[in-house]
Amino acid sequence: MSWRNFLLVALLVAAAGMVLPRVLENPYYFFAGYVVLQYVVIATGWNILGGYAGYTNFGTSAFFGAGVYTAAFLIKAFEAPLLVQVLAAAGIGMLLGLVTGYLTLRIQGVYFAIATVALVVVLETVVHNSDYLGGASGLTTIAPPAPAWFAGPTQYVFCVMLVLALVAVGIARAIEHSWVGRSLRAIRASEPAAEACGVPTLRMKLAACAISGGVIAMAGAPYPYYASHVDPLSAFSLTIGLNALAMPLIGGTRSWIGPVLGAVLLASVQQITTVTISSEFNILAVGLMLIAFVVLAPEGILGLVAELRERVGRRRATT
Amino acid sequence: MSAIVEIRGVEKRFGAIRALGPVNLSLQPGERLGLIGPNGSGKTTLINCLSGLFAANAGTIVFEGRDITQEPAHVRARMGIARSFQIPRPFTGMSVIENLLVPMDYLPIEAGAREGRAMEILSSVGLAGRRDAPAEALSQLELRKLELARALVIEPKVLVADEAMAGLSEGEINDVLALLMRLNERGVAIIMIEHIMHAVMRFSQRVVCLETGRIIAEGLPQAVAQDKHVQKVYFGERAGR
Ligand SMILES: Nc1ncnc2c1ncn2[C@@H]1O[C@H](COP(=O)(O)OP(=O)(O)OP(=O)(O)O)[C@@H](O)[C@H]1O
Ligand SMILES: [Mg+2]
Repeated sequence: MSWRNFLLVALLVAAAGMVLPRVLENPYYFFAGYVVLQYVVIATGWNILGGYAGYTNFGTSAFFGAGVYTAAFLIKAFEAPLLVQVLAAAGIGMLLGLVTGYLTLRIQGVYFAIATVALVVVLETVVHNSDYLGGASGLTTIAPPAPAWFAGPTQYVFCVMLVLALVAVGIARAIEHSWVGRSLRAIRASEPAAEACGVPTLRMKLAACAISGGVIAMAGAPYPYYASHVDPLSAFSLTIGLNALAMPLIGGTRSWIGPVLGAVLLASVQQITTVTISSEFNILAVGLMLIAFVVLAPEGILGLVAELRERVGRRRATT
Repeated sequence: MSAIVEIRGVEKRFGAIRALGPVNLSLQPGERLGLIGPNGSGKTTLINCLSGLFAANAGTIVFEGRDITQEPAHVRARMGIARSFQIPRPFTGMSVIENLLVPMDYLPIEAGAREGRAMEILSSVGLAGRRDAPAEALSQLELRKLELARALVIEPKVLVADEAMAGLSEGEINDVLALLMRLNERGVAIIMIEHIMHAVMRFSQRVVCLETGRIIAEGLPQAVAQDKHVQKVYFGERAGR
């Protein structure tokens, strides 16, 4: 897909999203759709570091939670508008990524993964013990009314998340198609070889970590508006960390479309099972799907598609 | 003529084990140096210290009169120190030509000229026909060629080939030797680490032999080959296999 086509599709999707609240009456669809889009942002952000550069982040919920609480703080302290919340959350997420990266990415391998888990615990504890942020019981965040165009706050925040999803995917795609993406792929394949080719690996990893953290935190920013209440348990939920890595792995980590596919698929299934079966069933479903993909299709849906294409091509060539 | 590389008192320890050094070694511009020694004698470790993948525990490394001991590997690469890896480390998930574009991203080459440059280098190692093949699909021989090609992209002043010919046939060895000779004629200093004796002996103007991290002999290829100590630790071991 060329940039022109990509932008065209993105604009069409955005336009469709803006019109949808006028066509679709039931706010539940927007309530559920918000979560799906939120996961598109999270999975896309995760993949910039976890997929392109090959550094697994188990602590996605630390970045997400940081975004949630940055927004909640800004609402409580300044009644800041949503756009400011989103930008501030992205900034905090980048900073957090930079600091975590600087402390751990100098060492290759598993240390980063371990540190990301620790980060969740640290941040959650901080919030737990902060009276200003509501401690364990959380904080009620009264959202300002939605702009008149939208039927209600849910429809509005759905559209905001849709724009964030398009921005996130645009960032991921731009990285993938640039020299930055190429350097990250080189790092994923072999860090010593990348260094020997002149790639400043530490700097590139830090950049990836910061951008990834910024995008994930951005996904958390509209949450206080969406839920009207934030608490540490849901902001730093392990489900987010699990989904963040399951979705790109299931979709495919090599290209921006992989995390999008994985997120839409997995999050939709979760939204349906939450209504029809139970929310506990979600984790089990994700776990089973993840195992199935790791065993049967380690390159995710994208890998399956590529393999299928190749087979069809070969069959055509022989007949 | 002043040396292009000077290694002074360089040591590398892994825990309590001293794998290398102290080593003193200099390389002249445009020189062809053979580096031999039994398995585990520290050849690759020395090269890792030179290229910056390992930080030496002691000593200094000077390149073109500049102390580069503290410089990270990517800076040394851009200064003109290139190396191939003993075990090929291709950039998987990329095509062959994209492998060469990685180093080019950090060089002042016009965007329009990159593919042409990359193709020239691929042709010189005989990989032109594989330009769009995924790196995962290459054979052992092709991987070794890719290692060399990727090292050549940065137009190095010093090239270290770490066992670039291991596992190749006689004909293929001759091809690689000819390629390295052509490069050398253009003024590139080459350090060849090799277990294939006749190749090193033919190629090198000077040979250095390492054993347990120290230089035990240095001089003209024939002289080193005839050195008693070298024969004992090196050829003795080889003959005993
Ligand atoms: N990263 C490392 N960690 C620990 N020990 C190492 C490491 N790299 C090398 N060594 C040790 O240092 C010593 C020298 O190894 P080196 O790889 O330099 O030998 P070599 O001369 O290249 O051998 P070969 O001919 O087998 O390639 C060996 O004893 C090896 O086990
Ligand atoms: Mg070696």
